[in-house]
Amino acid sequence: MTRRLLVLITSLLFTFSAFAIDTGKAFDDPEMQARYERLIAETRCVTCQNQSIKDSNAFIAADLRREIQRLMGEGKSDEEIAEFLVTRYGDFVLYRPRMAGKTMLLWIAPFAFVLFAIFAFIRVLRHRMALPIDDEAAEDGQAQ
Amino acid sequence: MIPEIGHFALILALSLALCQGVLPLIGAHRNDPAMMSVARTTAYGQFVFVAISFGCLIWAFVQDDFSVLYVANHSQLSLPTGYKVSAAWSAHEGSLLMWIFILAAWTMAVARFNAGIPKVLIARVIGILGLLSVGFLLFALLTSNPFERLIPAALDGADLNPLLQDPGLAIHPPLLYIGYVGFSVAFAFAIAAMISGDLDQNWAKWTRPWTIVAWMFLTLGIALGSWWAYYELGWGGWWFWDAVENASFMPWLIGTALIHSLAVTERRGLFKSWTLLLSISAFSLSLLGTFLVRSGIIVSVHAFATDPTRGFFILGFLGVVVIGALVLYAWRAPGLDSSAGFSPLSRETFLLLNNVLLVVATTLVLMGTLAPLIVEMLNGGKISVGPPWFEVAFMVPMIPLVLLLGVGMHTAWRKQSTGPWIRLLRIPAIVAVLIGIVLPLFFYGRVSLLLIVGCAAAAWIVISSLIQPVRSWRRKKGSSAITRSALGMSVAHLGMGLFVIGVTIVSAFGIESDRAMRQGETLDVGGFEFELREIREVQGPNYAAIEAVVEIRRDSEFVATVRPQKRQYLVQKNWMTEAGIHPSWNKDLFVALGDQLGDGAWSVRIQYKPMIRFIWLGAFIMALGGLVSVTDRRYRKSAS
Amino acid sequence: MNKYLLPLIAVVILIPILILGLRSDPRELPSQYIGKPAPQFDLPTLKDPDKRVSTANLSGEVSLVNIWATWCAGCRAEHDFLMQLNREQVIPIYAINWRDNRPGALDWLAQLGDPYVASGFDEDGRVGIDWGVYGAPETFLVNAEGYVLFRYPGPLNRAVWDHEFAPRIAELNK
Repeated sequence: MTRRLLVLITSLLFTFSAFAIDTGKAFDDPEMQARYERLIAETRCVTCQNQSIKDSNAFIAADLRREIQRLMGEGKSDEEIAEFLVTRYGDFVLYRPRMAGKTMLLWIAPFAFVLFAIFAFIRVLRHRMALPIDDEAAEDGQAQ
Repeated sequence: MIPEIGHFALILALSLALCQGVLPLIGAHRNDPAMMSVARTTAYGQFVFVAISFGCLIWAFVQDDFSVLYVANHSQLSLPTGYKVSAAWSAHEGSLLMWIFILAAWTMAVARFNAGIPKVLIARVIGILGLLSVGFLLFALLTSNPFERLIPAALDGADLNPLLQDPGLAIHPPLLYIGYVGFSVAFAFAIAAMISGDLDQNWAKWTRPWTIVAWMFLTLGIALGSWWAYYELGWGGWWFWDAVENASFMPWLIGTALIHSLAVTERRGLFKSWTLLLSISAFSLSLLGTFLVRSGIIVSVHAFATDPTRGFFILGFLGVVVIGALVLYAWRAPGLDSSAGFSPLSRETFLLLNNVLLVVATTLVLMGTLAPLIVEMLNGGKISVGPPWFEVAFMVPMIPLVLLLGVGMHTAWRKQSTGPWIRLLRIPAIVAVLIGIVLPLFFYGRVSLLLIVGCAAAAWIVISSLIQPVRSWRRKKGSSAITRSALGMSVAHLGMGLFVIGVTIVSAFGIESDRAMRQGETLDVGGFEFELREIREVQGPNYAAIEAVVEIRRDSEFVATVRPQKRQYLVQKNWMTEAGIHPSWNKDLFVALGDQLGDGAWSVRIQYKPMIRFIWLGAFIMALGGLVSVTDRRYRKSAS
Repeated sequence: MNKYLLPLIAVVILIPILILGLRSDPRELPSQYIGKPAPQFDLPTLKDPDKRVSTANLSGEVSLVNIWATWCAGCRAEHDFLMQLNREQVIPIYAINWRDNRPGALDWLAQLGDPYVASGFDEDGRVGIDWGVYGAPETFLVNAEGYVLFRYPGPLNRAVWDHEFAPRIAELNK
């Protein structure tokens, strides 16, 4: 290994990202592994500019990954893990807003909006259905 | 000297823009041809001076003039020349100047290509564009002057952010801005028409090509950004619902709705006030996007480093523009209702549905983007709204939309008789459902309801988009040949179908593997063997890198060698990940080098991405469809 | 009411929200422990691994808990001020040495001075996470009952002290 390479790698260590603990699979069980990967993808890295702890190299991300691994190993549920994180960092740390309290509206919104849109659509349609369709409109057969 | 010329040119541009903004509008009001003709000359003049200014800035970069603060902050002696040029728009001040330049260019285009459009309307349109230019020029000159001097001059610059030293990311902002700014033309047409009160089908016809071209560039800009994020950022993702991404997506969604709404207004004189509102909204969302990115209000890797003073200025400008437009709208919109109707099975119905669903989607994206801000304002603490929410929320209006996408273009205006309609569509529909089941099952070994829906919808869109062009081609010549406009529509929808296929397959069947690997080890992902052959050092023009040589095999047969790197740029010292990607039409094999883990092991992210190229191919074809449709004969006809 | 006024009303509501947004710092994370008991911790001290420092130490008087590390530039910047606070005997300062290495940290204190009553050595960062730390340096103000009153993310200096900490401490002494 050339000296230059050694220097390069050493400087890499000082970017605080060499504490990555994922030296292999976190869990042997594919279901646990999949759950772990989902959880870390949905947890926000608190020092980064909008990255999950799955994608971030920051050491705090590695620390949080380790904590989630530990909690999963202790048999904690997703809600309990979320609670652990929120107690320490607030709702900010969850990319999936919780389905309770102030963020409940967020989850209701898509369905509420579509329902409202359907009503608006039906209203417009009924209004137009009742009007004459044979009128002098420009450029028959041209406009697409 | 050159920077001072650039600065002065900008001031001259401002005075021209003032004339351009004020005189034609007065002239239109008084029906004074002399005053109205000022529009064209001042538009050309403003463009010339803005071009000089922008040119001076680029010159300063190319000449390594580190006595200009902006150049010193964003360039470096060893930066390749191409990137010295693109560094000009890499940060707030320069990109703002580029915005002004693009606005001047669009205005000049309107001044040049307006055959058949009444002089009074054009005078107003150019006048309004002039007022917008005034706003941006003031913003630049008062708060964001790119020509500010650094005395004493720096010996060398602080370097361009390595993330931006990439061809894709160099053209991404210009394309986006051409799109954003292009919507100001539709906006100006809407305002002009509201002022004069002439809101007829002609207005819709004249607005449409401008809107389509803007939309085209926005499509390309967004797609390029997505593609860049995929290969540059190292995690293999292509969309993160980051606030800045959303800021570009919302105008796109509304722009799409606008194009469709304009079709109805042009054809039947319907939905006029709605089309007006969409014209106002598309540009307003462009402005909102600019605000979000430059004000410091959100944290994002995309956001420009800037300060709240600038934020207040843009917000003020945004407020004036949007509130002004909406006041006009509240005044003019009542009484625009026509008494034309349509039956439930008609093209109008489908276009109405299209609009309704796109607006719902846009509102949801806006809600998700602003929710953290709103909750914080209401003292609810800080929350995050990320991909888990956006993906669900967006699907809700989008699934009906993609399912209905293929149908509207085969439905007649006013009233479609059910018989022929069903006869035309039933076989393609059945084929689409079959493909929806067979494709995932046969090629990837698994099905689910969502998969069937996605694949069937994509197949349905592709097939139904091809019906008209194929028919027309088979009939060969004659008057039943397909118009460019209709062909463009088919192509654009085809692109959308390809896009949906890409998204569905890669989301369902993509495989991601983060592992520790040592030299000589092999990992199996997605049926391919990845062997880490060597880790070595390489040199670039302004960086040093650690490179991994990874050989990919399938069933022991050689497929490709990829060379993911971790680069350290010499000046800024950040570490950048360059992924090693082996692309092909139906999949990408993606390898990114992570960190050294000690003991000779490295963390490596290997991904199998089936059909991912279709995402950007689909977007490109959508844009192509737009291009085809604006070359339609009726836009090239002169006034009759 | 003219239904065409609705978009205008929506925008008029939106703009103040954006104005308020401009005034807040998007990077700052408010601490979850304000007004709550300080998170439990029990760490070996930096100087003597056999001795412990824990939450128990925090009760009885108003104190500061400072999060620091040798790799953190801001910690170096605030160190002189912490030394001054210590000299003035204003308030006891406890520390959590976060994700650091022991010899380096001891060296640092030896060279620059030790303003702390005791430094807990949080090698793996678990206590940092328990306290909701998201960067260094951070300083917590803890009252005599062990409740967190305030957290300042960033290096301390006289201006910050006078503006944020001194008034709060004065409140307690009333």
